Amino acid sequence: MIGKSTESKTPSKTSEVTPASVPPPVGTAVIEVKDIGKRYGNIIALSDVSTSVRAGEVTCVLGDNGAGKSTFIKILAGAHEHTDGELLIDGEATTLSSPRAALELGIATVYQDLAVVPLMPVWRNFFLGSEITKGVGPFRKLDVDEMKRISKDELAAMGIDLRDVEQPIGTLSGGERQCVAIARAVYFGARVLILDEPTAALGVKQSGVVLKYIAKARDRGLGVVFITHNPHHAYPVGDRFMLLRRGKSMGDFPKSEMTLEELTSMMAGGAELESLAHELEKTMGADSAIAQEMKAEAT
Amino acid sequence: MATATAVDERIARTSTLTRLMKRPEIGALAAAVVIFVFFAVTTDTFAKSQGAATWLSGASTIGIMAVAVALLMIGGEFDLSAGAITGTTGLVVGILTTEYGLNVWAAIFISLAIALFIGLVNGILVMRTGLPSFIVTLGTFFVLQGVNLAGTKALIGQVAIQGLSNVPYYDQAKAVFGASIDINGDAAGGALRISVFWWLAVTALATWILLRTRVGNWVFAVGGAQTSARQVGVPVFKTKVGLFMTTAGAGWLVGMLLVFRTSTVQAGTGVGQEFIYIICAVVGGCLMTGGYGSAIGAAFGALIYSMVNSGIVYSGWENDWLFAFLGVMLLVAVLLNEWVRKRAELAR
Repeated sequence: MIGKSTESKTPSKTSEVTPASVPPPVGTAVIEVKDIGKRYGNIIALSDVSTSVRAGEVTCVLGDNGAGKSTFIKILAGAHEHTDGELLIDGEATTLSSPRAALELGIATVYQDLAVVPLMPVWRNFFLGSEITKGVGPFRKLDVDEMKRISKDELAAMGIDLRDVEQPIGTLSGGERQCVAIARAVYFGARVLILDEPTAALGVKQSGVVLKYIAKARDRGLGVVFITHNPHHAYPVGDRFMLLRRGKSMGDFPKSEMTLEELTSMMAGGAELESLAHELEKTMGADSAIAQEMKAEAT
Repeated sequence: MATATAVDERIARTSTLTRLMKRPEIGALAAAVVIFVFFAVTTDTFAKSQGAATWLSGASTIGIMAVAVALLMIGGEFDLSAGAITGTTGLVVGILTTEYGLNVWAAIFISLAIALFIGLVNGILVMRTGLPSFIVTLGTFFVLQGVNLAGTKALIGQVAIQGLSNVPYYDQAKAVFGASIDINGDAAGGALRISVFWWLAVTALATWILLRTRVGNWVFAVGGAQTSARQVGVPVFKTKVGLFMTTAGAGWLVGMLLVFRTSTVQAGTGVGQEFIYIICAVVGGCLMTGGYGSAIGAAFGALIYSMVNSGIVYSGWENDWLFAFLGVMLLVAVLLNEWVRKRAELAR
């Protein structure tokens, strides 16, 4: 019945990304975007964005809400096709038509909702869509023991020591789930890992844990795209910073050309902050605490 | 559970009983045992072989459908046309053989093709339109109900198939779908119908697919979190359409079992049964919202339904109390399932 109709059309080879892909040498550009843009009808969501993602490096994409971060990663992840500019993968101009296509090129995305199924056990989530099977023909079945072992080991390698991979993934904490999602992408041979606001919903300590895994993934030779609005999270792990504001790039800087202070001030938008401080002064009085604070921040 | 984690992070071993208690079908199993014991004690015939043969036979056809509907519900969808399909397929075989003289096996395969096509249409409509499957299959249900009645009347001038037992090769098909084995060697001891073995086979196959194959993993995933499943590369469309076709295929099997059991079929067969399948699946531990449930549980759900159905008769009670019982069972089961889900989802 369903065993035949769906399984036979999806041979395991297309969906199982081989875990042991050899990472390219550190510093090789895996993804390059040149003046890329996205229009929805007459609405320009993103324009003139250029940056690169290199093996063994972390490219941070910073921007406030509505700056175009989501649009940008959707282009890289294959969820949306770009309408302007060029997307080069391994030096070749490409248009990613589906998340599957991106995945096959080794670009894995960990979304904010983590793409996990809360009621399913950790190990089933880990291998969802790329299950390991044994046996032949109609008797091909899940290799449960192997998958449990691998997911336990891979999570342990990332520093998460689960007592039971059989527990529903919904019972893990936000940070732990984030790490399962990262470990999953790393195991399935991602060359580029796109992380969509992985620290947004986390506390200070959990954020630190996630940053550690980002560094770990980088050290394993992966190119990481780290989307965040927090410069304090981006700066310690980032090698390159691309700032977005209102759908436009404010520049693409290597770490050597940028200090944390500059990054923070650019993020906050120095000029904008000054006018905001001015406005607050007018409405709330020059002596109000908040206006004073804004003024101090802006200068 | 949350406190247990905090107190003791490493749980050394869980007993088999604890593991069993976590299974979705455990509630239905317990209820089935209680109901069996109750009627076995309070009535004379219930636990005897002919009594058991009666309720097993009733449970088998409901059970096959309940198992298929459970798979679909775990996949996050409903099928209200599942009952009417059992009538449609039976009528197709009856009309093609008695009215047009077609070979009985050819008619059986044509009716299978029709059932799978209906399932395909259901699936594609649900997936392409994005409408709730409840509405889409309610539509197909009414279409099928109308076609079954009006079509049958138009083609053979009456609402029931007659003379099916006289068509060539009827005995062959009867042996596959309608045979029965006399318990204790004579008919008075009750006859165990072949449909019971079909039911066991379907339940075993469904359980194996659900828990031990990739497709089973996908069924849970598309029901639990469709967007997430798509993001990690699960073929959502194929899985869901496959599930609708499976339900329709099960409808065909039950249609064959019914038509070759009695050698006749009414144009109204199966209408009104669709909710019973859903109730059985829910009693068996399936969540209304998808992503959780069990095929064995649905089989137990059907067993409960059929045992109560027979038990009420043997007790000499008014038959219609069955519906009141069904309603209470459904509400209790839904509350229990919701509680289990919350515990699984929210425990940190």
